[in-house]
Amino acid sequence: MVEIFGIPSQALLGQLLIGLINGSFYALLSLGLAVIFGMLNIINFSHGAQYMMGAFAAYLLLQYLGLNYWGALLVVPILVGAIGILIERLFLRHIRELDHLYGLILTFGLALIIEGLFRNYFGSSGKPYQIPTALQGGRNLGFMYLPNYRAWVIVFSLAVCLATWFVIERTRLGSYLRAATENPALVRAFGINVPRMVTLTYGFGVALAALAGVMAAPVYNVSPQMGSDLIIVVFAVVVIGGMGSILGAILTGFGLGVIEGLTKVFFPEASSTVIFVIMAVVLLVRPAGLFGRTV
Amino acid sequence: MAMAVDPALPKLRNGPERSLAAAFAVTLVVFAAAPFVLYPVFLMQALCFALFACAFNLLIGYVGLLSFGHAMFFGWASYVAAHAAKSWGFPPEAALLFATLCAAGLGVVAGGIAIRRQGIYFAMITLALAQMMYFVALRVPFTGGEDGIQNVPRGRLFGVIDLSNDMTMYVFVLVVVLAGFLFIYRIVNSPFGEVLKAIRENELRAVSLGYKTDRYKLVAFVLSATLAGLAGALKALVLHLASLTDVYWTMSGEVVLMTLVGGLGTLFGPVVGAFLIVALENYLASFGQWVLVIQGSIFVVCVLAFRRGMIGELGNALRIKL
Repeated sequence: MVEIFGIPSQALLGQLLIGLINGSFYALLSLGLAVIFGMLNIINFSHGAQYMMGAFAAYLLLQYLGLNYWGALLVVPILVGAIGILIERLFLRHIRELDHLYGLILTFGLALIIEGLFRNYFGSSGKPYQIPTALQGGRNLGFMYLPNYRAWVIVFSLAVCLATWFVIERTRLGSYLRAATENPALVRAFGINVPRMVTLTYGFGVALAALAGVMAAPVYNVSPQMGSDLIIVVFAVVVIGGMGSILGAILTGFGLGVIEGLTKVFFPEASSTVIFVIMAVVLLVRPAGLFGRTV
Repeated sequence: MAMAVDPALPKLRNGPERSLAAAFAVTLVVFAAAPFVLYPVFLMQALCFALFACAFNLLIGYVGLLSFGHAMFFGWASYVAAHAAKSWGFPPEAALLFATLCAAGLGVVAGGIAIRRQGIYFAMITLALAQMMYFVALRVPFTGGEDGIQNVPRGRLFGVIDLSNDMTMYVFVLVVVLAGFLFIYRIVNSPFGEVLKAIRENELRAVSLGYKTDRYKLVAFVLSATLAGLAGALKALVLHLASLTDVYWTMSGEVVLMTLVGGLGTLFGPVVGAFLIVALENYLASFGQWVLVIQGSIFVVCVLAFRRGMIGELGNALRIKL
């Protein structure tokens, strides 16, 4: 067996793969947070809860309506995104003029409500979700065994991230969005319906979280608290990357996932804290974050 | 130093001073009578949370910094106090002092990192650091992992007064919490406090006036962490227990809730909020997960319709500062 730094390559590559999977979720979630922050100037604390709703929606649709994974991948983001739009209309719209901190506190409250409701109805235990038949099994790459579903998660989330980057940075719609982030009053004066754009942006960010939830359902168990611990790590990822750049958010997400995976191999005791430690170091060296523009 | 110059302020006092003194006197009478009516352990627990919320309010209410990680000071100080009292046999006053100093040290480190960013980032950073300290508490052996540290002795105060009696302990807790409260009052109404408020209102302007705002923010952060630690240490002695719940992010959320309900930036608000939320949780304990839903709903209602909080609204209606 081949060894790298005294660690069997199988174990090393296996953890690297898990790191990339976690990294996919970090990237998708921090991307959604960054998009929402750009437009609404709030940090969406309920992002983790919305990710959990995505996973639960996939589970419930399969259980009660027989809708399979592929259907869920399409329907769930629309469904949960619509709930996001409702949340924006009902709550977030009314606090636009206030200090940003109120947005954080309000969405924190929403996260508690959502998590509490799901715990009431489904208990705290995890529910298994089958890997879709087309992606079951795996292939032997010679140096390691690659489960098909994990490969799919990495490739698909990378594709979604890049598509989001393309829409925001390279299309007309994206240019409106970026302009409205810079100066909403001016963009409104040009006849663009900025409030509607704000609503749709929030819906889109939430849909991204729900999509991540659907993809996570077969990897982790579906449980009401799956979002709350994850979102804190994603906050750290966002602080490390800085929210100024879309590509930066994607890169930081995947990179930190890999680092976390490698820590599991070399220094398992620190694997749950390594991202926070990196955050502290980055703040001391480069307070604006790796890709941040403003302090 | 610029701090020493404070010419305009003394003239402004007097009016609000009198209403505050009245409110303070009422509070004292209520607390002196309370243990004869209500269960003392509940009162002591609420008092600890009141001090915790006041410490948190020092940051959000007077410097405008929202810390979403205050559980790390509260929880870690309670672990340290419990360990010192149980395994090292420290007397209660030494355990409290040592735990409070540890919280201050943690405050220096966490504050030094967190104040490098403002606003929303500050909240996320404190939350992330607190989560890190939660994982550390889960890993290190002396915290007892999921079990926590149980059967913490209250000991004898100064080697003389036996604190195992709830009434004696109540008096001790009340004195400590009152001292903390008055200390915060003193900070807020000092020239130093005025600079903090200036930073809250307009940090750039405070910088342009020559204040090194980062230093002020760090000192405020450490003071807040220290007092939060004192509250946590006290709670460990009161309940004979230090556990993971006190370092988890839900605890950081709870102190935000208490302060928000009572009124951000009011002196008495956090106290009222703490009593209300602790009472609510005791009352709702049998409802299980509904507590989360109710807490969340209170957050939403407060932010949407009730941002001044109870004491803030009361002070506004009576046109006095409370």
